[in-house]
Amino acid sequence: MVNVRRQPRISWEALLLSLPALLFVVAMFILPFLFGLNLSLHTGLKAEGELTLSNYLQFFNDPTQSDAIGITFQVALPVTLFSIVISIPLAYYMRRGIRFERFITTLLILPLTLGNVMVAQSMLMYYGRQGWFNQALQAIGLIKQPLALVHNWIGVEIALFIQNFPFVFLMILGYMSGINPDLERASRMLGASAWRTFWRVIWPLILPGVAIAFCLNFVANFTVFPSAVLVGRPDDLTKVLSIVAFRAAYEQNNPAYGTAIAFTMGIIEFLVVITVLWLRNRMARASVLGAGKGA
Amino acid sequence: MATSAKTYAAPAAATRPRVSLSGLTGKILFYGAIGLFIVNLIAMVSTVIIDSFAQSWFKTLLPPAFTTQWYSDLAQDHNMTQLLENTFFVAIATTLIALAIGFPAAYVLARKQFRLKGALYGLFLLPMLIPPLVYGIPLATLLIRLGLGGSLVGIVLINLIPITPFVIFILTPFIEQVDPAMEAASRMLGSGRFRTFRRIVLPLIVPGLLAAGVLALVRTFAAFELTYLVATTGSSQTLAVALYGDASGAGIRAHQLVNAMAVVYMLSTMTLVVIALIFVKPTQFVMSIKNR
Repeated sequence: MVNVRRQPRISWEALLLSLPALLFVVAMFILPFLFGLNLSLHTGLKAEGELTLSNYLQFFNDPTQSDAIGITFQVALPVTLFSIVISIPLAYYMRRGIRFERFITTLLILPLTLGNVMVAQSMLMYYGRQGWFNQALQAIGLIKQPLALVHNWIGVEIALFIQNFPFVFLMILGYMSGINPDLERASRMLGASAWRTFWRVIWPLILPGVAIAFCLNFVANFTVFPSAVLVGRPDDLTKVLSIVAFRAAYEQNNPAYGTAIAFTMGIIEFLVVITVLWLRNRMARASVLGAGKGA
Repeated sequence: MATSAKTYAAPAAATRPRVSLSGLTGKILFYGAIGLFIVNLIAMVSTVIIDSFAQSWFKTLLPPAFTTQWYSDLAQDHNMTQLLENTFFVAIATTLIALAIGFPAAYVLARKQFRLKGALYGLFLLPMLIPPLVYGIPLATLLIRLGLGGSLVGIVLINLIPITPFVIFILTPFIEQVDPAMEAASRMLGSGRFRTFRRIVLPLIVPGLLAAGVLALVRTFAAFELTYLVATTGSSQTLAVALYGDASGAGIRAHQLVNAMAVVYMLSTMTLVVIALIFVKPTQFVMSIKNR
């Protein structure tokens, strides 16, 4: 028998110190989750009787409810992709620091700290038909009629972009500025163009970060709630899953049904995240193999 | 935290590229894009402030006449004292409790090696990865059934779910930076565990506690969804929830009145953010999960 030094079995000290947080997460997160699961698998308010999938079936069999899935994707996916695609060149430019960096990042966190309700409310004035944005575009002669930028799909896209773009940008910037510049310099010195250096050196290194940023941003956009109500059209164009779930639980007073919709939303997100991470691993492997060939 | 990753500073010669056409285009594109975003942001906030002082405002650059009437109307529309009290109570209580239960857990994650550490890590990560509305609806249902609907206790409890792990993951790297040899030295010189903690670990960790505290405070202050699910009565509302109620009930109130409310909310958050920026870097507002 080879006697391998193992990690200590159970550290009582560690257990004791982490106990408050552990108990809290179990009591307030795991148990309610199980409570919700049980609730969603029963009909009625008491959660009694046999287990049934009827809440989930009711949702999927009702096209006026389940169309929210497609709507939510239409809302969440474009703005997520757009934020990522915009962030990469901007972060690339900024990777070694720029002038006014602290000033710029301070202003960028403004929407994060204001919160989503405030962002939506301020959009109603500024992007409204008579707001400054339309006035400015009309003044420079770009448009004749004011654009309808709120109370529709584009309103929610703008709100989500303002709210979440700084998050994506600063995150990708973090990954980008963590790359050792010697790698880039070596690649350039060996004759690769800036373009090729980006795709062969920088892109594979930031890919894991981009995938994480995509996932976190997508999850945030997928569960949009106040913006979809305030600057969207919550009855049709932006009737996203969180609105449907909230209405079921609070307005129709059917928490079991609302929880079933909320869980459906969570499962869809989970599947998207798994897919993206799987793609990331494939792409990472492909780029390593490609670079290895020296092609 | 990925944002705290080491940033490489390139030598000056390499950073300042020759002034070339492509360099100039890059500069214009970069500052143009960021500038446009920031100008829009500032203009958005400004319209809200200006409108809250406007008598009426249609199709003009600025309103023709100003008034402070909306702010005095606000006092009749809402119980502002209670709203502010609720908001600050929820934010401060959530932050303090999160620090109290998060700190020991962060210490364990930073210092101890033990079996199931990965599981513990994952357990704390879970509430941060699952969106609030997914667990919020069943949890709020449970809290309401327990009679905590519309109570500040319920609101603090539900907000602690995302904030406690948030605090843990901010504190962990700070604790990792404290040299364990210092603790060992203190113990060797005869100090007890508690004394070592109080005299050595705690003072060294103060910047981390401040950073985690102010970030948690700002986040809880602006938190909407979870609070909204539990704040079922008017007397338990926070500023963000009341603002949402005003904004979504459009047509009932004059928009100037809603915007006056927004300004009060904004001033309160901005005060916190200014205080926060003394202790933390702007990038720390973006919580990113360690890439493992």
